[in-house]
Amino acid sequence: MTNDEIKDLVLDIIEGIDDEADFASLDPDQPLREQLDLDSMDFLDIVMELRKRHQLQIPEQDYPNLATLNSCVTYLAPLLKDV
Amino acid sequence: MPASLKEIKESYDVIIIGSGLGGLTTANRLAYCGHKVLLLEHHHRLGGLATWFKRRGHIFDVSLHGFPFGMIKTCRKYWNKEIMESIVQLPNIVFKNPQFSLTTTFNKVDFTKLLESDFGIKTETIERFFTSVSSMNFFDDQSMTTKELFEEFFPGRSDVHRLLMEPITYANGSTMDDPAITYGIVFSNFMNKGVFTFSGGTDKLIGMMEKELIKNGVTICTNAKVDKIVIEDGKVCGVVVADKKITSTAVVSNSGITNTIFNLTDKKHFSDEFFTKAKEVRVNNSSCQVYMGIKKGETIEDVGDLLFTSTAPEFDSEELLDLHTRSKTFSIYYPKTRPGLERYTIVASMNSRYSDWDNLSADEYEKQKQELISRSIKDLEMYLPGVSAKIDWAEAATPKTFNTYTLHTRGTSFGTKFEGLDVSRSIHKEIGGLFHVGSVGIIMSGWLGAINYGVIVSNDVDCYLRA
Repeated sequence: MTNDEIKDLVLDIIEGIDDEADFASLDPDQPLREQLDLDSMDFLDIVMELRKRHQLQIPEQDYPNLATLNSCVTYLAPLLKDV
Repeated sequence: MPASLKEIKESYDVIIIGSGLGGLTTANRLAYCGHKVLLLEHHHRLGGLATWFKRRGHIFDVSLHGFPFGMIKTCRKYWNKEIMESIVQLPNIVFKNPQFSLTTTFNKVDFTKLLESDFGIKTETIERFFTSVSSMNFFDDQSMTTKELFEEFFPGRSDVHRLLMEPITYANGSTMDDPAITYGIVFSNFMNKGVFTFSGGTDKLIGMMEKELIKNGVTICTNAKVDKIVIEDGKVCGVVVADKKITSTAVVSNSGITNTIFNLTDKKHFSDEFFTKAKEVRVNNSSCQVYMGIKKGETIEDVGDLLFTSTAPEFDSEELLDLHTRSKTFSIYYPKTRPGLERYTIVASMNSRYSDWDNLSADEYEKQKQELISRSIKDLEMYLPGVSAKIDWAEAATPKTFNTYTLHTRGTSFGTKFEGLDVSRSIHKEIGGLFHVGSVGIIMSGWLGAINYGVIVSNDVDCYLRA
């Protein structure tokens, strides 16, 4: 997957969690939590959805890597390089 | 329609024991993840303590007393839009006791206003208190008790302590001596937007959940009491139900955590260290309830949705548990609860100890139940004068009743104290593929806590099944 495809994947998952999420003014380097009003349950949903769609096993200690859109890309790129 | 034991297959990816809201949600999430799920329930209906019963045309809700706003998002994400859309606010929360009487929407804005105007607390103190409780989480220091938290912000103000504590004691059975974080997390959830309920009643909710589970391919079997969890080489491999073995890769017990460890699993499979820790888990207290139905055609005035009442001079966790407590909540169900069924019902709830009821002779037990009913009706008269003449059905439930229907150790209606959470979270590290979901640690209790905990546990199970 390219970086852009990974971004689209993450945003698509978030849209599934909250279909009213507004991505227009999203800063990719700022935490998703505050910008999109996500809570810890939402992050768990992202982890479960990544496992469902791409069989990714993300251990709990790695959850902080999902904080911003860009950090998601950095963390997921090597895991999804063959997809 | 649930399947009968004869119809079910011999093997599943995961078997869920018990259909409380935690078990139901775990079943639904795991089916969504693509696993083959079997849900077994000992009772003839689903829901666990999220239940109801019918008498003379009345429908009584057992645990539908009000949940936080967060339930809307949770139901939308983990159940469906239809369920979410049935959630409505309970606008009038009433307090009446010798220290104060007030009506509130039970949210941060209204509480801030009340603490300033009725209790003379400085705005700055109130803000600091709210900031402090809302930033509390699970990983925080657990040494501070709720009592210490209240004393830090409102020293010597037993009236303020009562306002802050009383509803939470009824919501999760916690006391002033429990860790402050268990208070902070639950209180903040409610303070977000107030108290909400399910329009249509518990029967409608559980019916909608059952429909959703069947749609998602979950096999449901009621009247199916699991006798044993089968373990081989340190891993679960299924359960025994009515002398029949059904195999599975994972088992999720939504039976109480103490039931799961001491009744359903052979002790030899646990390490001594874990077993010792499990033995130290304190189950929470139970409840007594009195269910009162208003005669068809009669009406009662709107005196509020949820009434926290007491004639005790001050709030005292021990007084609330006493057999003759002077403190109780009234949940009043107006026709809006079940649109179309023009009926009124009232449920009085009290916290209670199992031991106070377990040691009574059969005659004494009946006598105490009758006295409980009389006291509840008499107290209700203070809010609804003349109501006793309109009641055509009244009956009581005690901790023993809760034990009969949920099988919970000592009839606990609030799961376990804080230490139960760690045992529940770590059971899968002891026995591969064995998970627990249910009310533990005070935080994971109540309707919202149970559902969200179901989602958290589903993630662990899915992770295990896909490893």
